[in-house]
Amino acid sequence: MSTEKSRSGRFLLVGIPYAWMLVFFLVPFLIVAKISLSTSVMALPPYAPVVESLTDLWRKIGEFSFFNYLRLVQESIYVESYLSSLWIAFSSTVIMLFIAYPLAYGMARAPKAWRPTLLMLVILPFWTSFLIRVYAWIGILADEGLLNWLLVSLRVVDEPITFLATQRAVYIGIIYSYLPFMVLPLYSSLEKMDETLLEAAQDLGCTSFQAFWRVTFPLSIPGVIAGSFLVFIPAVGEFVIPDLLGGSDTVMIGKTLWEEFFNNRDWPAASAVAITLLLLLVVPIVIFQNAQAKAQEAGR
Amino acid sequence: MRRFSWFNVVSLTLGFAFLYIPILILVIYSFNAGRNVAVWQGWSVRWYVEVFDDQQLLDAAWVTLKVGLVSASVATVLGTMAALAMARLGRFPGRLLFSGMIYAPLVMPEVITGLSLLLLFVAVDFDRGFWTITLAHITFTMCFVAVVVQSRLVGFDRSLEEAAMDLGCRPTATFFRITLPIIWPAVVSGWMLAFTLSLDDLVIASFATGPGATTLPMKIYSDVRLGVKPEINAVCTLVIAIISIAVIVASILTKRQEVEREKAERAAFAGG
Repeated sequence: MSTEKSRSGRFLLVGIPYAWMLVFFLVPFLIVAKISLSTSVMALPPYAPVVESLTDLWRKIGEFSFFNYLRLVQESIYVESYLSSLWIAFSSTVIMLFIAYPLAYGMARAPKAWRPTLLMLVILPFWTSFLIRVYAWIGILADEGLLNWLLVSLRVVDEPITFLATQRAVYIGIIYSYLPFMVLPLYSSLEKMDETLLEAAQDLGCTSFQAFWRVTFPLSIPGVIAGSFLVFIPAVGEFVIPDLLGGSDTVMIGKTLWEEFFNNRDWPAASAVAITLLLLLVVPIVIFQNAQAKAQEAGR
Repeated sequence: MRRFSWFNVVSLTLGFAFLYIPILILVIYSFNAGRNVAVWQGWSVRWYVEVFDDQQLLDAAWVTLKVGLVSASVATVLGTMAALAMARLGRFPGRLLFSGMIYAPLVMPEVITGLSLLLLFVAVDFDRGFWTITLAHITFTMCFVAVVVQSRLVGFDRSLEEAAMDLGCRPTATFFRITLPIIWPAVVSGWMLAFTLSLDDLVIASFATGPGATTLPMKIYSDVRLGVKPEINAVCTLVIAIISIAVIVASILTKRQEVEREKAERAAFAGG
């Protein structure tokens, strides 16, 4: 009786969150996939139904419209936004690594009593609103903004430089907003490191740079990987940053999807953009999940 | 005792300056007397007064708060269950899919999550508004809760749970009397994380909402698109202040709790 009870308890424990995620995470993707294959019509909701029932499926399968996917390949705006999203996300991840590594290293090598405070200082901006942190840069980067005021009054430049509404501003926004995501995994892998290894390397005649490059860095690679994916994947689909800081020359796929949906009201096209973006990100997401699962196993 | 090296001091100073100066500037400029946000015209709190006169803004803040409280609470329960399932049940059918669905939303671009949930709500003809935003927020924040709680669960000594079971505690009682008190700090920080993620979300809420339900980020976003307004600086400063105070207080409290528990554990061992 008691095992019977505990079995049903276990079933509920998995079953409830499982059912929730199936209904609100997996099923919605299937609906997106379905709508991406339908054609746009002027109605509400603005798409023609594809499959009414399961028996209908076989009859309709020949009529699926790949029109939306063809458009993605044929119209240069889509190809361009995919490529530039990947490029912007990739290069800002690399730049961020160079900014985050020294910071994480400094935190991990700080006196022990200081570390919780430093950790708190990195986490705090991550808790405060993303939108607000992006918005803060508008006032700084504007033509009459603080950065230009500083540059002009220090006589670095004579004329204000246009920062806002350029690709530069998008890079600054991504690096600034995602920095804590990069610092935290780096810090945790650097902090765990056994420092006697470094002493051993130095006893064996390594210079401190050699010791860093041949001991510290290789041991921090799990942190580098986790941080990079944690930043790269959401940055590819970023909407707020290119929309608020970028100009018309910055096309990113998240923004294209948003405009397709809210401005053109073309739901099938937006769905096709979403499905393609997902396919593009499947490999990085799987790598990220494996790294997460491995980290959880290691903690056991 | 180890001290800071010059390299550490420089990298920490530069790093934290980069993280904090933009927020600091925003806060300072919210007290600017002039309407022009770029020119400093002396200290004033007039924009704070205007915030509290702006009924639309207050309504949006109220909606956001309600969504945040409901969604964070449900997400904490569901996320804790998911974490227990992953950390304690070992293999079960469909485990791979389950953990995939828990980890994927952590990195999933918000536009995809938002669009897919909206299409679900349209497909089942659900009235969009407060409840659809709340359901959407529960879905993506419970994954963050699950990860936070799970990392606490794998880190603690299971022999305590086993001892309780051996002494005749039923699984439910064991959970409430042994497991929950131990993972409590993680549950609390999971709730806070879910709450702040919900307060913060613009993209998913914009997709999931219908006529009549506007959240604070949606209001801020539509105002920002029309240009920088000093009232927005004041609102943002209020949000930053409230969240920072809550996070700092929570971390001090859990820290203190942990210290006390360690003391009690040591006393118990010494007494035994």
